[in-house]
Amino acid sequence: MTATENIVAPKGDEVTAAGTNEGRQELQLRKDVSAKEILRGSGAVLRMSESEVAALAGTQSEDQTMIINMGPQHPSTHGVLRLMLELSGETVLRCKPVIGYLHTGMEKTGESLTFMQGGTNVTRMDYASPLNNELVFALTTEKLLGIDQDIPERATWIRMLLSELNRISSHLLFMATNGMDIGAVSMMLYGFREREEVLRFFQKVTGLRMNHNFIRPGGVAADLPAGWRDEVLKLLEALPPRLAEYEILMTGQPIWRERLQGVGVITRDEAIALSATGPILRSTGLSWDLRRDMPYLRYDKVEFDVIVGSYGDAFDRYSIRLNEIRESMRIVRQVLDAMPQGDYRIQDKKVTPPPRGRIDESMEALIHHFKIFTEGFKVPEGEAYVAIESPRGEIACYIASDGSATPYRMHVRAPSFINIQTMPHMMRGGLVADAVAVISSVDPVLGEVDR
Amino acid sequence: MTQVSSRVADDVRFVAKADYLKTLAKLREEGFEMCADLTAVDYLTHPGRNIAAGVLGEIKLERFEVVVNLLSLSQRRRVRLRVQIAESDTTIDSAFDLYPGTEAMEREVFDMFGIKFNGHPDLTRILMPEDWQGHPLRKDYGAGNIPVQFKGAAS
Repeated sequence: MTATENIVAPKGDEVTAAGTNEGRQELQLRKDVSAKEILRGSGAVLRMSESEVAALAGTQSEDQTMIINMGPQHPSTHGVLRLMLELSGETVLRCKPVIGYLHTGMEKTGESLTFMQGGTNVTRMDYASPLNNELVFALTTEKLLGIDQDIPERATWIRMLLSELNRISSHLLFMATNGMDIGAVSMMLYGFREREEVLRFFQKVTGLRMNHNFIRPGGVAADLPAGWRDEVLKLLEALPPRLAEYEILMTGQPIWRERLQGVGVITRDEAIALSATGPILRSTGLSWDLRRDMPYLRYDKVEFDVIVGSYGDAFDRYSIRLNEIRESMRIVRQVLDAMPQGDYRIQDKKVTPPPRGRIDESMEALIHHFKIFTEGFKVPEGEAYVAIESPRGEIACYIASDGSATPYRMHVRAPSFINIQTMPHMMRGGLVADAVAVISSVDPVLGEVDR
Repeated sequence: MTQVSSRVADDVRFVAKADYLKTLAKLREEGFEMCADLTAVDYLTHPGRNIAAGVLGEIKLERFEVVVNLLSLSQRRRVRLRVQIAESDTTIDSAFDLYPGTEAMEREVFDMFGIKFNGHPDLTRILMPEDWQGHPLRKDYGAGNIPVQFKGAAS
């Protein structure tokens, strides 16, 4: 089959105001789409042959089905996700996510910001786990600079501490929104309350609750403040009873189980084929966690379990995240014990600005400080891809450098963007009421989807 | 000593456009089950890109480059393919049949760079509005000072 035949040609009023039309983004009527597109949209990539689906496509008459819009302003779509659902009665036949409402060209912006400023950009992508975004950007830059083996131990352990606390806060946010989506509205308040405790610690350390720009190429922006250990211990003490409360409120509840068990099922082969990572992949029983399987930072020095599910349904994804909070707390405890003394950023004059005190006494330090913050530092030519485990899956940064102080191309592999592809597969054949549970269990962050 | 960076350890392979799907199929057989990432770079203003001698072989550097990162879950390995796309023919075969997960990524590359993927089931813009003009991540698409385009508005 020649390739161009499969590209869906624009239908109807092709000529738009701008004079270009490269095809409609919206969900099309069955008679207007190719068998291959139906195959993809109906989630049959691995289950049916193309001819089977083409035959199936003919059986659904259009006057028995209805295409409805959900979002982009729907409270359960976690931002501005728009789903177009084809319904037959209450059954979802096809689903197509339409995205881009939050697109602000962050990858383009990243090309005009220096490596020093880049953190402020990437931290705004996945706003529920900003520190992981900064971390992956910093790791990629360090790899290009060739200093990735020289980062001081203390900086590495601070990064791990923050990354894990961020995982906790992100999963707590999931607990809150997931609860609200399913109808446990009080859970929303509890989840946000606990998350706020973690954010309060971030504010003490970085100065901000979100969008910290704290993890920078070369280390972190500042040392941990006095009394940080007590703050973390307080947090670790406060959380377990709250998590036990969640268990009572949700895990054991027959209503909660009814709403989630067997909903949005995805198999292991499907998840791998669709490049899904994170809790979605783990819910299918595949034990894959970059922290353990391809360790970065010092994750090979701490002990933790990778939580896996067995049914690949929404309930598994909920319990995986709940238990990952506990595992993250376990890692944080080990980080507290292992936190070494030393520098919090590399003593490489090329990437590290001089300490504040030196600026007042030394002209050279002042010039150095000025140069580093206005011009940035030059990064050798080359390209690098670094992936880490964010709360949502594999987040990776691909940077191509042309030897200047700004990235030539900065690309972020956003786990939510890729994981959203699993939604049509999870929703097919389910009820429209379960669609909300499926969206919630994928836990997309639209800032990261659209970038 | 410290200049020896681990980026050397990355497994990067240059693949001719004609061999792209064949190479993907072979790597899939070898155990690279997942296509972790697919993106592109426009090397319009940086054509040289400092590549070690002998790596390229017969392959000629072109303006666009499609970068595919494959992941093997069973062997815990990654491999990166770099495919050159000439400005005069911005098409490449779609990896959709081998890796269905590339569906959204290829749409994004099409949207941002105007590279067409032959055999993609639904090649439409994904992030920009469907009637947008131009491909924003190309280097000749300036940032800033661009009139805002609204869908359906009289121009």
